[in-house]
Amino acid sequence: MTDAGLHTLTGAYALHALPGTERRDFERHLGDCEACSTEVREFSETATRLGLAVAAPAPRELRERVLREITTVRQEPPAVPRPERAADRRTGAARWSRFALAACLAGAVGLGGIAVWQHQEARDARQRADTTRHQADQVARVLAAPDAKTSSGTLEDGAQGTVVVSRSEDRAVFLATGLADAPSGKVYQLWFDDGGTMRSAGLMHASGPSSTTYTTLLDGPVDGATGMGVTVEPAGGSARPTSDPLALMKLPPA
Amino acid sequence: MEEAVYISGTASAGPDLQELMGQVALGDQEAFAQVYDRVSGPVLGLVRGVLRDPAQSEEVAQEVLVEVWRTASRFQAARGSAMNWVLTLAHRRAVDRVRSAQASAAREHKAALLDRTPAFDEVTEQVETRLEREQVRRCMRTLSELQRESVTLAYYRGLTYREVAELLAVPLGTIKTRLRDGLIRMRDCLGVSS
Repeated sequence: MTDAGLHTLTGAYALHALPGTERRDFERHLGDCEACSTEVREFSETATRLGLAVAAPAPRELRERVLREITTVRQEPPAVPRPERAADRRTGAARWSRFALAACLAGAVGLGGIAVWQHQEARDARQRADTTRHQADQVARVLAAPDAKTSSGTLEDGAQGTVVVSRSEDRAVFLATGLADAPSGKVYQLWFDDGGTMRSAGLMHASGPSSTTYTTLLDGPVDGATGMGVTVEPAGGSARPTSDPLALMKLPPA
Repeated sequence: MEEAVYISGTASAGPDLQELMGQVALGDQEAFAQVYDRVSGPVLGLVRGVLRDPAQSEEVAQEVLVEVWRTASRFQAARGSAMNWVLTLAHRRAVDRVRSAQASAAREHKAALLDRTPAFDEVTEQVETRLEREQVRRCMRTLSELQRESVTLAYYRGLTYREVAELLAVPLGTIKTRLRDGLIRMRDCLGVSS
């Protein structure tokens, strides 16, 4: 599309009315078009006025629920400049392991939750989202299931692992933060624990905001599994665990 | 709840929203309660317009409000107003929800969508909301019918511009330009500057 054609999309973009691929194209254009950015900001503020006009009284219980919930939700720290790539490896684990599970969950589910005028961030998030979209959809279904239950534990080196199980979806998601890269030529493999028998649940892939953050949908149904484990396996994975688990966790009860 | 009497959408008694957001970013739960009191009505009203289902709307509104707490440090006053930041979050979340829910199912019946006008809540007691509503209504009346329908369906109903085009049986290019020139007119009528 020509630049002039793209420019007319400012209105649709500011109202979140562009479908995914067109939004991404337009966001690329926004980076080079100052006039468009200004217009988008003005339109977004205009939309805010439209939003204020439909304000509705919120019930008292909502206030109580929200004010109660925030006491258990850890806040994101202020953004820090991205360290150099080499430094990222060293400091990444320490920096990201402070993030709460909530941040991790929101990263997996709330890919759309970025304010429009922060186009740079939106672009970064979109690129990440593209590579994980399909899995993210499935992950989101598990995390959003009404019967989703979690249990958490500590892996080696202080890495945090959390497993989320939805019995109605019959699927589980494993989230890890602060986990160092697997040794060269090795991978992390997930397992379901079927009463002492380990059933492969696929390999883990870094998928969060850093290389030490993992959000993985376990392959296959939860079925009767009572626990799950993580092991280090040769590249490609193994049919049976060949090393002691880094972690064994009980699945939350139904 | 009567202390929040606004002269316009931006002026208010007490610390302004932007200032409060700065305190929220530092973990101040009391400041968050004040932010909540300013933004929860607009958040819920906007989400409910898009989603319509009251229970689901409250659920999404709650998610959005908790998200405001969690990600308060991302708000940058230089990039827009605090209310804009919050309502952008709310609108994006509501739209994502309605599109994922309807991805496989057919969109709402055409007549049902066309039938509805923005859900202006007539019972609200907030002076601020009443003023805002009257201004928006007055400005909406300055739009052409197609501009008004396009903006309403896209913003208040969460439709993509393609869905708007299909619903109104109007070419895509026309909807794109109507959304833009409709917003230009609204912007100028409401006196919005960046």
